[in-house]
Amino acid sequence: MEPVDRGGLAGLMCEMIQRGAGPYSSRDIVERQDTLGLDHSAGVSSSLASYGATMPADALSEALSLYAEIIRRPHMPIDQLEDALQVSMQELRAVEDEPTQQVMIRLKQLQYGDLTGRPACGTQAGIESTEIDDVRNFFHDRYRPRGAILAIAGRFDWDAVQEQCISLFGDWEGDTATPPLLDLGKPGYEHISQDSSQTHIGFSFDAAPFRDKDFYLLRAGVGVLSDGMSSRLFDRVREQRGLCYTVSASTHSLLDRGAIFGYAGTTPERAQETLDVTLREIQSLAGGIEIAELERLKVRVQSSLIMEQESCASAVASMLSDWYHRGRVVTAREIEAIIESLTVEQVVEYWRNHPPKNFRVVTLGPQPLQVPSS
Amino acid sequence: MPTFRETTLACGLRIAAEVDPRGYSASLGYFVRTGARDETDVEAGVSHFLEHMMFKGTARRSAADVNRELDELGGQSNAYTSEEQTVYYATVLPKYQDRIVDLLTDMMRPSLADADFQTERQVILEEIAKYEDSPPFGAFERAMERYFGPRGLGRRILGTNESITAMTPKVMSDYFSRCYSPENIVLAAAGNVDFDSLVDQATQMTERWAAMEKAAAPKADDPSIFPEGITDEETIETPDAAQAYLVRVSPAPKINDPRRYATRLLSTVLGDESGSRFFWEMIDTGRAEACAMWPQEFGDCGAMFTYLVSHPDELTANRKSVDFLIDQVVRDGVSEDELQRAKNKTLAACIMQSDRPSNRLFGVGNGWQMRGEYLELDAMLERYRQVTVDDIAQAAKECLTSAPTETFALAGALLE
Repeated sequence: MEPVDRGGLAGLMCEMIQRGAGPYSSRDIVERQDTLGLDHSAGVSSSLASYGATMPADALSEALSLYAEIIRRPHMPIDQLEDALQVSMQELRAVEDEPTQQVMIRLKQLQYGDLTGRPACGTQAGIESTEIDDVRNFFHDRYRPRGAILAIAGRFDWDAVQEQCISLFGDWEGDTATPPLLDLGKPGYEHISQDSSQTHIGFSFDAAPFRDKDFYLLRAGVGVLSDGMSSRLFDRVREQRGLCYTVSASTHSLLDRGAIFGYAGTTPERAQETLDVTLREIQSLAGGIEIAELERLKVRVQSSLIMEQESCASAVASMLSDWYHRGRVVTAREIEAIIESLTVEQVVEYWRNHPPKNFRVVTLGPQPLQVPSS
Repeated sequence: MPTFRETTLACGLRIAAEVDPRGYSASLGYFVRTGARDETDVEAGVSHFLEHMMFKGTARRSAADVNRELDELGGQSNAYTSEEQTVYYATVLPKYQDRIVDLLTDMMRPSLADADFQTERQVILEEIAKYEDSPPFGAFERAMERYFGPRGLGRRILGTNESITAMTPKVMSDYFSRCYSPENIVLAAAGNVDFDSLVDQATQMTERWAAMEKAAAPKADDPSIFPEGITDEETIETPDAAQAYLVRVSPAPKINDPRRYATRLLSTVLGDESGSRFFWEMIDTGRAEACAMWPQEFGDCGAMFTYLVSHPDELTANRKSVDFLIDQVVRDGVSEDELQRAKNKTLAACIMQSDRPSNRLFGVGNGWQMRGEYLELDAMLERYRQVTVDDIAQAAKECLTSAPTETFALAGALLE
């Protein structure tokens, strides 16, 4: 959503929006959050900016009022811009010191395209050239009720909250502009040369988005690969061969496309073997999975859905993701029923019909690796 | 309301549980009172290496069985090693209590097979390499070494490349025999737990634990030499780093010191990640990426950490600002308003965390293992509420007036 030459603007917006709003100064907002006992967070992903907090139940009403001011009436004061720019620059430098993040950021661009896959931390040039009008225009264009989602989980009175939301947001108007045409990523391999202790390997390939009707077949395969200590990647790359400490794969989705992203970190002399074994395990899914592998996955899903009831924050995150990607909230019971109904044959057939291909690979370390060209 | 139950078995194993039948889950864990501070030079890193090996199979289970069963029970399970404890824990649905107790208890008597040892050594070396690449590039380990010396609390939890490469299965099995005796272990539980069934099952399964013969203690270290792979230099050179990192250590109360609540609130007012004095001066202004303060409490002492990350060119000026803010709080204390906000924030966080048995488990297990005390949530909240601005002023004088030990991770000797 950012202008091409303003990489980092969405993150800067997220910083500026909290620097005074409605009757509150920047300091008032933070003091209010602390007084109410809010464990708060704010952040930007590829598609969404999110503002949230976990709090004792009796603080909800006041928290809603506070966040309505932040989202609707931020001051975006010019005298705070320089500080906010400096905050963004700190974040950019922090990423430079994290090899794993560097790899995954570059990988996301290879996967989705330089623009669509651009990192939330932005670029130095983008941040440095941002002016207050860029921030204010971005706010007016993007911070609109259509497309905005409010999710609440925990102990609260639905009628009272609904009434309060109508009074806080009922007269909020406007639409967000249609997102610009998206670019596409392309398969390939890039190496970032650095004198690091480990070679950091990131890989990705095209996959169905969350909204796809067969997404759970895809997800089940990724679960067999990477959920838990008996999963194939953990077992065969780490446990059996001792090749690395961290190896994993997970699903990611934009509205219209998705991808599987994976990571492994290993010392340079064992990096080639790590990459080879990891890619081989991914391809092996289409060769068959065991009933026990799928059964373990089903128990994990069931347990995590039940335990999610102990965490309002994770319930809210699921609701937001569902609403954004699928246009509705998928209940725990629905997910359990879908997962329960999956069979080994369905999962294997799906992976046979959608074989992992068009790999993107990014490595960071002293030496590049041999990456198969397909 | 949750109820606290505890007992000590004939073999010496202590069991402590906060039972809350309303919970959706049950959390269980073995808290073993052994960690990096209990190691000698030849054992450096063995507590953590052993923690990995505990997942590698028993007389009844292969390594693959252990991992597979942990996954079959569907919960979240893991382990960690600290300076003073090694902890193995899992959270499962209540219907799996018997099975997870069977598995975790069985794991406490591992095979420690030689082939697994050799493979896992590589994983540990990878873990060391991983941390070498991550900010702050070993500065916390170095800070502990400099403050406490290279042994005891200053011992690196992961060990060094040298000590892990030289480690033998014999060193590990001897260490295990000395440190994993039942009287050194607490079995803790929280949430929807059947306590009587837990005690019955543990009694049956641990019956023969006390019979394990303890190996002789290893040769004491020579304090006049440094352990291999360790230096106490003030600066870690990080040529490629974009940021500069500073870790400071000064005194703090130990784990059962009543002053610890005031010290924690002091660090919240001064150095919490949001809304603190450090936050407004250093983070909100974009002068630093991180500027925070927190205490860490050990059995016989404590340490106050100050952490500063910024552009290398600004580190010196930022460090002066931190000194200024510290001097100010030592001289003038904190206001009633600030203290009240810090209390609100802390109390709310304690209450919210207590919703999950997986969080309560650590309170119960650590409290029983390290202090022999169970502190219910309300009692803990009350201790925070009773802290006064005078207590904070006193804590500031006790923790922040002596010259701190400093450690830097920098591209070059920038401070010279």
